[in-house]
Amino acid sequence: MSTSIRADRLRAASRSVTLLSGLTILIFWTVCALFGGALVRMDPFADDLLRTLTPPSAAHWFGTDQLGRDVFSRVVVGARDILTVAPLATLLGAAAGTILGLVTGYFRGPFDAVASRIIEAIQAVPLVIVALLALAAVGTSNLTVILVIGFVFTPLIGRTVRTAVLTEADLDYIAAARLRGDGAFSIMFIEILPNVMPLVLVETTVRFGYAIFFVASLSFLGFGIQPPSPDWGLAIAENYSLIGSYWWVVMFDALATASLVLGVNLAADGLQSVLE
Amino acid sequence: MMTGDSALIFDHVDVTYRVGGRDRRVLTDLNFQIARGEAYGLVGESGSGKSTAAFAAVRYLARNGLVSSGNILIDGRDLMALSPGELRQLRSHAVSMVYQDPTRALNPSIRIGRQMAEVFEAAGEQRANPELARVADMLGRVQIANPRRVMEAYPHELSGGMQQRVVIAMALSTNPALLILDEPTTALDATVEAEILELIATLRAEFSIALLFISHSLRVIAQMCDRVGVLYAGELVEEGPANTIFDSSRHPYTVGLLRCLPGPGLRKDRSRLETIAGFPPPPGTKTDGCIFAPRCSIATGRCQRETPPMIDLGGRSTRCHYPERAADMPHVAPDNRSGEGNAIAMAMDNAPLLQATNLSKTFTGGGGNNLRAVNAISLDLRPGETLGIIGESGSGKSTLAKLLLGLTAADPGGTIIMNGEPLPARTARRSPAQLKALQMIFQNPGSALNRAQTVRRLIGRSLRKAGLSGAALEDRLRTLANNVRLTIGTLDEKPRSLSGGMQQRVAIARAFAGEPRIVVCDEPTSALDVSVQAAILNLLADLQAERNVSYLFISHDLNVVHYLADRIAVLYLGRLVEIGPTDAIFAGPRHPYTEALLTAGTAHRVSLTGEIPSAANLPSACVFQTRCPRKIGRICEEQEPQLITAGDGHEIRCHIPADELKHMQT
Repeated sequence: MSTSIRADRLRAASRSVTLLSGLTILIFWTVCALFGGALVRMDPFADDLLRTLTPPSAAHWFGTDQLGRDVFSRVVVGARDILTVAPLATLLGAAAGTILGLVTGYFRGPFDAVASRIIEAIQAVPLVIVALLALAAVGTSNLTVILVIGFVFTPLIGRTVRTAVLTEADLDYIAAARLRGDGAFSIMFIEILPNVMPLVLVETTVRFGYAIFFVASLSFLGFGIQPPSPDWGLAIAENYSLIGSYWWVVMFDALATASLVLGVNLAADGLQSVLE
Repeated sequence: MMTGDSALIFDHVDVTYRVGGRDRRVLTDLNFQIARGEAYGLVGESGSGKSTAAFAAVRYLARNGLVSSGNILIDGRDLMALSPGELRQLRSHAVSMVYQDPTRALNPSIRIGRQMAEVFEAAGEQRANPELARVADMLGRVQIANPRRVMEAYPHELSGGMQQRVVIAMALSTNPALLILDEPTTALDATVEAEILELIATLRAEFSIALLFISHSLRVIAQMCDRVGVLYAGELVEEGPANTIFDSSRHPYTVGLLRCLPGPGLRKDRSRLETIAGFPPPPGTKTDGCIFAPRCSIATGRCQRETPPMIDLGGRSTRCHYPERAADMPHVAPDNRSGEGNAIAMAMDNAPLLQATNLSKTFTGGGGNNLRAVNAISLDLRPGETLGIIGESGSGKSTLAKLLLGLTAADPGGTIIMNGEPLPARTARRSPAQLKALQMIFQNPGSALNRAQTVRRLIGRSLRKAGLSGAALEDRLRTLANNVRLTIGTLDEKPRSLSGGMQQRVAIARAFAGEPRIVVCDEPTSALDVSVQAAILNLLADLQAERNVSYLFISHDLNVVHYLADRIAVLYLGRLVEIGPTDAIFAGPRHPYTEALLTAGTAHRVSLTGEIPSAANLPSACVFQTRCPRKIGRICEEQEPQLITAGDGHEIRCHIPADELKHMQT
């Protein structure tokens, strides 16, 4: 029967148009991120100062930018950094948030009270400001961006997980585990965690969408992914003053970012309805 | 069919639910009528479709439910043909419903008086002051002593029994011709249940109202109803006057159900309980023959092939090919026990396995509100003995169990000694051997089993804690599964795919994995159907006989306690008011509270006055004095009585001497 629950879920997943279209977009960009360099005809970093800012044409499908680089190649290869930083940051936040939620929800008491107040304090400030301050302090690199976004996501995910853990901790199977002599660690991670996992999964995909948006915003502000990466947010930041006359240097990067966020959100919605 | 003088008619009704794109029939050819002023009982186990029938009767099925054939008539009007306006009119005037859980029937944020006045408004009456007088009048008629105070209250400020009275008052305030009661007393304590049932009987006479009374409890139906229909898997299998149905059943299912009940006179050391083999079919099952045939001990080839029609036996009918054979159905409780009575007598001489002394538990709330849930209780438990714990909600019986188990720490001053060694107050401080020795079976197996784990893992984890691994573990696992009558195939299932009874077997196997000496059973059968309950009680009795394990058995069902317990402890508001051998307690003399519990639902009911006081504000001296029907005077208010010996091992906490109590109670 447990296998048939899984089979039911798989069947529901294969019928969910939302989930499938989200996954399709996501897989498309993942392929670009992994094999983009081999897929494009032109080197995304090769400048050609004789052909700067040329409109889309047969030779350059998405036109060229200020340095004469091929925008199409740059959009394809530009998926790489954001699809490294955003998922890792989300995973970090999800892992730390799940642990935080399990611990605060299971132990409650003073630790929970203190942690909850700190979480609320962090939530009161706009997350971008928190992240900018942190990055200004520690310096910007892909690694620090991952750590900082992971850090600001931790309390958000922790909150959600904590609520679910509170409900679980009241069920009798927890008392049964205590009577068996299980310690807090195995109760939290072996007994409770599998039951809150579907929630963690959905929460993680939703946060992944935010993370992409977050990384793009930070890059746009100059605190995210750094040049010479062909990253989309960075490209928009470098070129947005040209948008009036040369729309193609911004438009395709913006569309790429939007489609990735859309894909992740569709996948999250689909996943949620399948798991329920 | 005469329709003019019927309050409700189900005319060959089928109800289907559409689930996952398929229609599942949950009621098949349901056919009965309720005359005006008649009380009709529908009895059946969970999943039999009795609540669906109640909802269909007011055309209030879930969105995916459909009356796919047949007619339902209320007061001679075809329910299915009514317009939405007419339906509303009918619901507000002709028929009312009372559900199991009064807390969900009342709006928590509106005062009682206002909520009740809305009923009159919905019935189209003018909003005016006399309305409040009518509300007060209605509350008076459901025997609420102080209607004005109750009208000012919010629902949460009232006890469960009081809330159910309010719901009944609301249901009756439009003077309907038909009142549908769906398990109206299932969530209530025994003494409160007895009061509510008495009230319903009185009101029925007063309002000359017809009742459709739905319950899983044969006893309640027998007490309340003129006629009875027995539902099995969506079919009415037997129908007729209540006394004839219960005294001389003509359907094997009814006979089986009645035999499952642990009646007076049955004890674990003398006889096993009868059970009904197998399980009810899942809803929507289609069979060629009789729906009950797979579980019927007298089924023949004809039963497998031909669906029996409803056979009229003159005023009563049954859906069985062999109605005359049902009464003589062979008993399915083999090997009645013998000789184990001696084992128990022997156990009595043994040194106590567990001694709890002076256990108290105070919960500290905000603002210095202290709630004394358990109050200086001392008791002991001998090897192989069952100590039954009875008492109503709020008596502290579950808290007492948690103190012994170490799930909650007792107040300082209390001690627990197991096997001659002091037992630390919390599980975290107990040794593995101490933990293994003391296990628990919970009321709700759905909550007690981790739904993410397979049965193999659920039981296996406890075995691993007991030091087993590899082939030895697998071996022991299979033996345990076999002991609790689980098939090997269920080991790889997850709890949600098992029935409630099977889940409880898994929980029992887990509790017995480490060879415990003591198992605390907290209402282990109250969430189960009677046929399943009997099997679980048999299993518990078998395991005890095999392993000499002791039980602390908490239950509100006195017949169950009587069947299983060697001794009984009675708790009231956290205080031990009586303890003694089961026979002595049932024979008397008894504490006045025990007397009220034991006589609830019988003809010689001793009723209690007032409501159970809050544990945050205990009465002075004797905790029971505010409700005691035998209160003798000021001594009860000024001096707490001691436990007085009333016989061998029988102690009663009362100022009235034992022989005087005995005299009063005979």
